Amino acid sequence: MHIVACVKQVPDSETLIRVKPDGSGIEEDGIKWVMNPYDEFGVEEALRLKEKHGGDVTVISVGPARVVDTIRTALAMGAEKGIHIDDPALEGADAYTTATALAASIKDIPCDIIFCGQRAIDDDSGQVGSILAELLNIPQLTIVTKVDVEDKTVKVIKPVEGGQLLIESSLPCVITAQKGLNEPRYTSLPGIMKAKKKPVDVKDAAALGISVDPKAKVTKMIPPPGTPPGKIIEGDDASVTAAELVRLLREEANVI
Amino acid sequence: MAKGVWLVAEQRDGAFRKVSFEVAGAARKLADELGEEVCAILLGHDIEGIAGELGKYGVDRVYVADDVAFEQYTTDVYSAAVAKLIKENNPSILLLAASVQGKDLSSRLVGILATGMASDCVDLKIVDGSLVATRPVFAGKCYAEVTILTTPQMASLRPNLFPTVENEKAAEVVKFDPAIDAVELKTKVLEIQKDTSGRVDLTEADIIVSGGRGMKGPENYNVIEELADALGATVGASRAAVDAGWRPQSDQVGQTGKIVSPNLYVACGISGAIQHLAGMSSSKCIVAINKDPDAPILGKADYGIVDDLFKVVPEVTKELKKLLERGE
Repeated sequence: MHIVACVKQVPDSETLIRVKPDGSGIEEDGIKWVMNPYDEFGVEEALRLKEKHGGDVTVISVGPARVVDTIRTALAMGAEKGIHIDDPALEGADAYTTATALAASIKDIPCDIIFCGQRAIDDDSGQVGSILAELLNIPQLTIVTKVDVEDKTVKVIKPVEGGQLLIESSLPCVITAQKGLNEPRYTSLPGIMKAKKKPVDVKDAAALGISVDPKAKVTKMIPPPGTPPGKIIEGDDASVTAAELVRLLREEANVI
Repeated sequence: MAKGVWLVAEQRDGAFRKVSFEVAGAARKLADELGEEVCAILLGHDIEGIAGELGKYGVDRVYVADDVAFEQYTTDVYSAAVAKLIKENNPSILLLAASVQGKDLSSRLVGILATGMASDCVDLKIVDGSLVATRPVFAGKCYAEVTILTTPQMASLRPNLFPTVENEKAAEVVKFDPAIDAVELKTKVLEIQKDTSGRVDLTEADIIVSGGRGMKGPENYNVIEELADALGATVGASRAAVDAGWRPQSDQVGQTGKIVSPNLYVACGISGAIQHLAGMSSSKCIVAINKDPDAPILGKADYGIVDDLFKVVPEVTKELKKLLERGE
């Protein structure tokens, strides 16, 4: 099987995010950059399928020079090769534009399954996987927690409101990974050493033959609204504080 | 020129999902500002009868396609039918719910229609005739204002946040031909496994009671379950509780779990790590019960009790039961 895993480099989830005073973006100094956790589930699943069915895994990332670290992490986990799409014009690009770049880099390589994270934990947009599937004219299986490949079909579990679905799809397809799909492996020292020798192609928009034509733009970043201080219900007697809480929820907040 | 505010209404088993009325309310507000019409698209099987109901929530016209192929949602047929109608009518704005189905459908439509979308929005407004959407990014650590540069300007709306509107006018119902016979079906739903707990899904719940590391073990969740029963609530959990294997993945609220915005969120024994707060800070009323006075969750709570949850929570349950018995 030929498998592609798309990965995005994002600030670690414990990072404190500070908006620049002019609202033009976030302060990038001091950020610890990591592989988007949902993409990591995708890389892990790609590797497991390769180990079971044979084949190879190509990892693709869009972003500036620092993104190479994330590609190398995926290579250290066991992927065979990397593609780094590096073009200033794609910096902060909208989902459609990013998917266009990914599609252009994938269309000429043989590929049975493309994994993406179900969303990235920076822009929380959750669109790229589906747009990519549309641009490649293949089916999408989004927000998936289990993947089984049999011959030329794949069966997945997708949690929905009030239950889950078992869905079958033809290959090739795009699968977007949800937490619960697997437990990603740690990189080993030999893995990290090997990763240094694995090939990473660098391409820009011109090399991919795409034009960057924005569909959406972030016009302003805003710090979250401050929460006014709440009410601490004082007292040592739980029956008293509990009764007061119920009264407040009923009479003041009107929520019960 | 692109004109009209459109939405995709979502139904399940022949009944509208509440979020569809919220999306209709948001569409009505934008349309009134623009002086345009609100049109809804409704797909399903045996659903023609419910279409008119959308009028009460601000929709002027409902385009309905009733077909057995729409009985179960699949990306293939739903996206083809919606895209066909949108291309024929060229609306300025297209709104969907950021539900499981809405997320899958909306992002495929972005690809088909080659446009931009702001997903999981918490606010929408019109500035100089264009849609400006506000959405949480970095899991709510900050917000982004997004302008869509192409039409239809698309947005998906976070459930439980947008107010519904009441409307006296009945909606005009128009049947349309979705032309899906030629659509190649590449995916198929083989099985629907329904959750039998009888509780409302977290993302749709009005009230959520969540337990975290302070629960000390899976055996203690009966305390939470009893409170949830008394409130008619759904049970949630923090990442710590899920990662410890105490609760299923589907219960997790937070940055790597479900994003929720209920009317009332009760956090029991949850410290309030930033990734948890990200998942629930848009709740309308937050209660925190935690014995650590420095727990960050207390800073986000409307009401806090600094005490042992195993003492307080059963008392709250008892108090609620008293109210119920008195029939209040």
